[in-house]
Amino acid sequence: MPVPVHVALLNGYAPRWTDALVSGIADALSVPVEAFPVELDTVVAFAPGRRQYHATLLLAALLRHRRDPAAKILGLTSMDLFIPVLTFVFGQSQLDGPGAIVSTHRLHSEYYGLPPDEGRLVDRAIKEAVHELGHAFGFVHCPEADCVMRASTYVEEVDLKASEFCSRCTRSLEEAGRR
Amino acid sequence: MTTRKILIVDDELSVRGSLEEWFREDGFHVETAEDGNRAIAKMEAGPYDIVLLDLKMPGMDGITVQRRVREIDPGAAIIILTAYASVETAVEALKLGAFDYITKPVDPDDLSNLVRNALRQKELAEENLRLKEKVSELIQSAPIIGGSPKMRRVLDTIRTVAETDSTVVIRGESGTGKELVARSIHAQSKRRFFPIVAVNAGSIPETLLESELFGHEKGAFTGAQYRRKGKIELAHGGTLFLDEIGDVTPKMQIDLLRVLETKRFTRLGGNQEVSSDFRLVCATHKNLEQMVSEGAFREDLYYRINVFGIEVPPLRERPEDILELARFFVEKYARAMGKPLRSIAPAAEEVLVRYRWPGNVRELENAIERAMVIGQGPAIEPGDLPLHIESGGGTEPAARSLAAVEKEHIERVLQEFDGNVTRAAKTLGIDRATLYNKLKRYGIRR
Ligand SMILES: Nc1ncnc2c1ncn2[C@@H]1O[C@H](COP(=O)(O)OP(=O)(O)O)[C@@H](O)[C@H]1O
Ligand SMILES: [Zn+2]
Ligand SMILES: [Zn+2]
Repeated sequence: MPVPVHVALLNGYAPRWTDALVSGIADALSVPVEAFPVELDTVVAFAPGRRQYHATLLLAALLRHRRDPAAKILGLTSMDLFIPVLTFVFGQSQLDGPGAIVSTHRLHSEYYGLPPDEGRLVDRAIKEAVHELGHAFGFVHCPEADCVMRASTYVEEVDLKASEFCSRCTRSLEEAGRR
Repeated sequence: MTTRKILIVDDELSVRGSLEEWFREDGFHVETAEDGNRAIAKMEAGPYDIVLLDLKMPGMDGITVQRRVREIDPGAAIIILTAYASVETAVEALKLGAFDYITKPVDPDDLSNLVRNALRQKELAEENLRLKEKVSELIQSAPIIGGSPKMRRVLDTIRTVAETDSTVVIRGESGTGKELVARSIHAQSKRRFFPIVAVNAGSIPETLLESELFGHEKGAFTGAQYRRKGKIELAHGGTLFLDEIGDVTPKMQIDLLRVLETKRFTRLGGNQEVSSDFRLVCATHKNLEQMVSEGAFREDLYYRINVFGIEVPPLRERPEDILELARFFVEKYARAMGKPLRSIAPAAEEVLVRYRWPGNVRELENAIERAMVIGQGPAIEPGDLPLHIESGGGTEPAARSLAAVEKEHIERVLQEFDGNVTRAAKTLGIDRATLYNKLKRYGIRR
């Protein structure tokens, strides 16, 4: 039985490309994916000094809204995320854990002073979503240049990799599924 | 690839937690510590590839922690993490050997670059060490010269033994080439891509030999300022050459036996077991069987090490090898000294073959080296060889009269000073008149 993925659209964020994201995740992970809105109390996660949201706290809040404990949940938000020691993160997850969270805040070309590019944005969002979910499915970073599990700390690196797992990661994904 | 290990030292739970997740997802084995004491305890159970250290913590200050961490494991790359960019502490941390310094909050890209560079530098340093060992080993694994039937038998045995992983005991007088044989066994074995590590048990006092072989933890004894790996650990994957095993004390014999049986041991002053996969090759000039029967050498150890025996015959029992060896050494030292090759005059050849060589090949090598330093002509002459060899000292020492020895000695000294009687007399410790009398009596011409 494949583990389903639930995409939680956080606090009214529902981009019109949500369907593309859902099918992108389904293609990469070969699991059923569905999306639905979720309302979180974000006040505790907000850090006024940094004007950013604490990704770990937000993820903890999200996990309290799980509908199905057997599913992995992915929170999608446009809020700028951070973890205390880092200036920002694209997303956050727990290795082998129940869920993950991804922000599109720094995936927009506008953020870098470039003209909007929705195609790029969707592409990046799928990659980051699959990457963080990959961690939740137990994957660590992969050194393959175009593997979705390659670590990427800036957006150009996200663009360089594919939205799919490399053959080595695919093999271990299949083995994990069979177990 | 082995999993890389990182230790995160920070007093803030949220920082430890988020970094722990970050590094785990990057494939690291992560440990965390919330203060200096806990960090040091973790280090002692180490080793770690990277230590991420917050300088500002309650209790022990970061610089002190850093110093201790380095003492425990000089090989770990330390990255300093701090909330305030204080130039002074940064400079001090770097002076104390930190790899780099980074301020919170950290740009994720900076952090991953820093970690990548630290790992690369660490790998390079380790690779360097391996290469150095390999290079020195290549320089030392010289060919074994000698076409005599006895040496050919030795070479055959070396080939046979090299294919096995058994312990070997090489016997023979000092200078016969036992270490060379050991290196040759290693160089032909499947362990050849790992180091051969040599320890001479005869030249080191027992207490030092123990730490030399087993290594020690920091503070194991006065003067043990750092954790040090022992030769057994360094020989991991390769060969441990234990020279003069007959000189090992009874206590060390027990320790050695245990390591050979379990391949595990603890460093001095430590309680963690360390394992090492090594092959033991030993050598001795002593009669181990006699030592066993006298109770000076443990019988169980004797049987454990004596799986294969190789006997290297003394040079006097294979005179056919002498000239071949001599020519080999002439070539070796000509090359080393950048001098032209010299031949060996027939008279000198005769001297070399006639001599008994109590110091074996080592003595022959020294004689040739000396001849290459002092001699001038196109050929090595008897006069280029040490007097006791030139005069066949080893052959029939008892048959020579004092007068004959005196005559030859005066001749040598005189020759050394180009016939200058004043200087020869001074060196001989007699006055000129006495020397003139002796010259007349022995019929020595200047
Ligand atoms: N058969 C040989 N061919 C070339 N060099 C030799 C040979 N035997 C000994 N030597 C040289 O003589 C010296 C003494 O040899 P070593 O192996 O240290 O003797 P041992 O360990 O028996 O005291 C070394 O420099 C070694 O290279
Ligand atoms: Zn990741
Ligand atoms: Zn991969």
